[in-house]
Amino acid sequence: MYFPASHLWIIPALPLVAAAIGALVPRSGRALASGAAIASMVAAFFVSCLALHTALADPAAHAAHNFAWFDVGSGAMRLGWLLDPLTAFMCVMVTFVSSLIFIFSLGYMKEDANFKQFFCFLSLFAAAMLGLLVANSLLLLFICWELVGLASYLLIGFWFHKPSAAAAAKKAFITTRIGDLGFLIGLLWLYDSTGSLLFFDGGHGVLEAATLTALTGKTLVCCGLTVSTAIGLLIFCGAVGKSGQFPLHVWLPDAMEGPTPVSALIHAATMVAAGVFLIARVYPLMSADQVLANVPLHALTVVAFIGAITALLGACIAVAQNDIKRILAFSTVSQLGYMMLALGVGSWTAAIFHLLTHAFFKALLFLGAGSVIHAAHHEQDIRRLGGLGAKMKITFATFAIGMMALSGVPFLFSGFWSKEGILHAAHEWDVSHLPLYAGLAAVVLTAFYMTRLMAETFFGKSRSHESGHAHENSAVMTVPLVLLAACAILLSLLAWPSPWLQHQLDPSAHSEPGGISLMVLSIVLVAVGIGSGWAIYGRKPRATEASPDPLETAAPDIIAALAARLGFDELYAATVGRLNSGFASLADFMERWIWGGAVTLLARFGEFTGVVNRETDENTLNGGFDSVSHQIRGTGRAYSRAQTGDAHGYMRFIALGFVVLMLFVMLGGSR
Amino acid sequence: MSQLQLCLVLSSFLFCIGLIGAMARSNTILVLLGVELMLNAANINFIAFWRYGPDHAAGTGILFVLFSIAIAASEAAVGLALVIAVYRHQKNIRLQEANRLKG
Amino acid sequence: MSSLPILSLIVFAPWIGALLLALFGRNLGANARRALGLVFSGSTLVLALVVVGLFNPAAAGYQFGESHAWITTLNVNYRLGLDGLSLLLVLLTGIVSPLCLMASWRIERDTHTFGALFLLLQGAALGVFLALDFFHWFLFWELTLVPAFFLIKLWGGPGATRAAYQFVIYTLAGGAFMLLGFAALYVATGTLDFAELTRLAATGGLAPKLAALGGFWPTAVFVGVFLGLAVKVPLFPFHTWLPSAYAEAPTGASMFLTGVMSKMGVYGFLRILWPLFPAQLHAAAPCLLWLALGGVVLGAFAAMKQTDLKRMVAYSSINHLSYCLLALFAVASATKPDAAASALSGTLLQMFNHGLSAAALFACVGILEARSGGLRGLNDFGGVRTVAPLFAGLCGVAMFSSLGLPGLNGFVGEFLIFSGVFGLAPWAAAVACLGLLATALFLLTFWQRVFHGPVGAGVAAFRDLDRVEILTLLPFAILMFLFGVLPQIVIILFNPLVTTWAAHLP
Repeated sequence: MYFPASHLWIIPALPLVAAAIGALVPRSGRALASGAAIASMVAAFFVSCLALHTALADPAAHAAHNFAWFDVGSGAMRLGWLLDPLTAFMCVMVTFVSSLIFIFSLGYMKEDANFKQFFCFLSLFAAAMLGLLVANSLLLLFICWELVGLASYLLIGFWFHKPSAAAAAKKAFITTRIGDLGFLIGLLWLYDSTGSLLFFDGGHGVLEAATLTALTGKTLVCCGLTVSTAIGLLIFCGAVGKSGQFPLHVWLPDAMEGPTPVSALIHAATMVAAGVFLIARVYPLMSADQVLANVPLHALTVVAFIGAITALLGACIAVAQNDIKRILAFSTVSQLGYMMLALGVGSWTAAIFHLLTHAFFKALLFLGAGSVIHAAHHEQDIRRLGGLGAKMKITFATFAIGMMALSGVPFLFSGFWSKEGILHAAHEWDVSHLPLYAGLAAVVLTAFYMTRLMAETFFGKSRSHESGHAHENSAVMTVPLVLLAACAILLSLLAWPSPWLQHQLDPSAHSEPGGISLMVLSIVLVAVGIGSGWAIYGRKPRATEASPDPLETAAPDIIAALAARLGFDELYAATVGRLNSGFASLADFMERWIWGGAVTLLARFGEFTGVVNRETDENTLNGGFDSVSHQIRGTGRAYSRAQTGDAHGYMRFIALGFVVLMLFVMLGGSR
Repeated sequence: MSQLQLCLVLSSFLFCIGLIGAMARSNTILVLLGVELMLNAANINFIAFWRYGPDHAAGTGILFVLFSIAIAASEAAVGLALVIAVYRHQKNIRLQEANRLKG
Repeated sequence: MSSLPILSLIVFAPWIGALLLALFGRNLGANARRALGLVFSGSTLVLALVVVGLFNPAAAGYQFGESHAWITTLNVNYRLGLDGLSLLLVLLTGIVSPLCLMASWRIERDTHTFGALFLLLQGAALGVFLALDFFHWFLFWELTLVPAFFLIKLWGGPGATRAAYQFVIYTLAGGAFMLLGFAALYVATGTLDFAELTRLAATGGLAPKLAALGGFWPTAVFVGVFLGLAVKVPLFPFHTWLPSAYAEAPTGASMFLTGVMSKMGVYGFLRILWPLFPAQLHAAAPCLLWLALGGVVLGAFAAMKQTDLKRMVAYSSINHLSYCLLALFAVASATKPDAAASALSGTLLQMFNHGLSAAALFACVGILEARSGGLRGLNDFGGVRTVAPLFAGLCGVAMFSSLGLPGLNGFVGEFLIFSGVFGLAPWAAAVACLGLLATALFLLTFWQRVFHGPVGAGVAAFRDLDRVEILTLLPFAILMFLFGVLPQIVIILFNPLVTTWAAHLP
């Protein structure tokens, strides 16, 4: 059955409608909100399967459907949908995992007062995530990218009355936004240099050959990088933030403050993988500079090294964590590093394969952890758990499958194959073998810390009241676990006996079977990891929660440093945080004293002029007038004495005057 | 002594009587009478100088006198009104005592 | 319909309302006064929608023109006219003003005087957006100060008197410079008609006439007009009157000040300064870009340090308006039609969107103030979302809109500005990104301290929104979604105008 790309918007629209329903129903509409969310997700899953069927009919085609969003000047800003195997596989994975996690949440969130809000946010997240996947425009992708960030913010802070959750939500949003700013600048630069943000647009899209050639043709004056390298690195900043790569990985472990289904869906399976998806999506742009030999830096080299560092760093820190969700979170950081590593060394198909398998088994692990936490009355510290294997058989079995898939136990588990693909690609990479070594080291560590987690949680005997009274959860929570466990195994079929999936994703890529020696090496490393983990933690289980960790007694400094996450949070607080608040203080100071001060100064000057003016008036000018008028008044007073009130006296004077006048006339004065 | 001189002597007498009357009496009405006499002395002068002057055809003296009499009448009216006002205030019309506006 | 002077009606309808309220308000009940004010305030929206219906979006020139000889000896004509830019702002005034009055519903003291002053202010602001002759344009411009002064001083907070004086004297001083500039312009050209002056400037006739004044006058005229507008916007560092004025004004007045009056300055830049003095603006643009950047970055960082929520929102206004000016100065500094069209579209859209989101944020702070008996400190609350989820939701929409989240209205304008500015002055766009980050930081801090965490001591007794408050905030939220998803419905009003501007860049 043919599914047209122009109808692809249905996939994100379905959960969006569910989110709107969830937002508008009253608080009591729990059944309606959750029912709409799950129904929309299942429907979206079927539509995605349909789309996958269409996409696989012609894997090399990029069926795009574009439309104008709004006018800008004489042109228009265009967005669009894109249907190709990458989109389709991702959509199927996201809708499938989401459906299961939604169902799991029914049980997990049953007692929460904001139950309907939870499903509203989950649906919003799913809509944004699916929109991100189907986007044929970097702008639309960015929009959805920010919206998944919003959903993540809302869900991490879902228990907002807890200050730690509120702080973690803010930290996640801000940290990813730092990366997003790089992404935004890259996007603007791309738009400015190509005039388009569509991936595929009949030859004019940014991922098509003509545009890429133009981009690689331009080099920056300052450092000799090609424009495509610079843009690629800026876009990679976004991926670093979203996918929890070093050095912006700090938010992801804190994000575990959210409810566990959220951690499973957003911070393990889907959203954090969006960075990997982004790089895979713009892979032609990222790899455009590979054809040039004389550039100082290839974008993908940076990606590979960041991925390698993250893979190793995450695995190291995970060894020393005690919170079951934090261990899984650092494991996620590490696995995302693997994916980036794969992208960097040139095998984006291996990265996507690992992304898909990881999504299933990590969702499984998180939901298993959620099941444990729910059963153990929100106890998350593995030192206080223990002995749950006998009490929660389904959870134990499925968790074990997830653990083996993550550790890379050979042949039967999907994680082995996808990890193998990455190591193989790293081995082939001719720039450096350092990423390969980092990857191999992380293999040992992964097997080790997962064995530790298993041993501490499910073996031994119960070490606290909470875990002692745990019992298996209801079917609504265990059925998703079973389904995901089945997937964690069945996905092996996509890679074995031949790398079918990778061929579907990129038909042009040459796919040769991996070297046997590398495979043997990694099997040995996994065995070493599991063996040492079992030797240290499994053989002689911890007796009480307070009993010391064997590793901690052996190397207390190193473990303490790792437990403190190598002090990245403190480092950032001391540098970026301090700088930021210092700059804010500076800005505030300038507001108050310099800009405000200038105005005050001007006002004071005005007042001063007024005072001077008044003083001059009163003392100089007015003084003169005052004395003159005083004299005039005195004269007047003197003259007024002549006014005696004696009418006869006046008349005498008049007569006298008359006489004088007469005499004057008579004596000849008139002449 | 010519007729003109006789007239002038008459008017001088009249004037002196008026002046003395105005200056010596304390009854305000009598002072006003004195003033009237002085005015009339001046009127006699006008008439005399016109009658024995060089050009008695023009009738200037008559006109002066008519104006002068009119002014004297109005002045008397104002003066008597003042007298009544003064009387209302101080129950007599002694000129010496009407000195409330002195400086 | 064409014979009806609809633009005059738009301007004077609020004034008629003000007159009625002033004359007969004393005899009416409190609710009748409020309703009367609301009706006359809402007339703008109704008339603006009528105009939108009759407006020909494809034409770039003035429409619905009215012209009457007024003072013939000075060659002053009463001219009104409207293009996409004016229409956008009239529409914004029409949307925001009634909501301001709704947000002031709780004011009990002298409601009729408040309503009358507010309507007077609204009419004057509309006059600014529609007048096409400097003479009455300036009258309207200065007339806005009088009611604004009394609104701040009489109904404002504890520091209102000082803030009101500072606001009026500062803006008045700016206006004096502008008046001086235009007086010189009048001496040089003999006209005060915007269209006439624009035509002169476009054909190159203005510069020689100004030069004929001799000496420093051509520059002085530019600087004078520039200062008047820069204070009004306000452009960094002429902004110091703003935080205290916005913070001390009563809620409704703060909303109007930030939602509508702050647009008057940007409008002046677009309508007067840029068309009349393209060469001077081009010469000054590199420096002005730095000032606008200062507003963007320092405004946002200063907001981070504020503990008074209203001051914080006020600083965010400085930050947002500086984006508009950043785009304008970038356009003036370089010639690149595509990027210029994007930047100018962004400016116009940002004006509109900032009007909505900042007014909504002030309304939200006002609601907090009303609940807590006048408290508005960052740390006076906590856990409000627990007791008032609806309020938290609507305030969250406003906040994320202000933060530029895609899907809400703020994003499209900011994106267009950034994409335009990046094309014209890449470094400026890159530095301005810091402002985006800082905005997110302080708004989320606001959100975290006020709405999240355990329920604060005074917060437990808060009730959720009542009907009037819902009716105030809900339209904002709906419009934010609407314009976020379908920006085209606004853009279509001014896109031909912007295209023409971009195509005729000096």
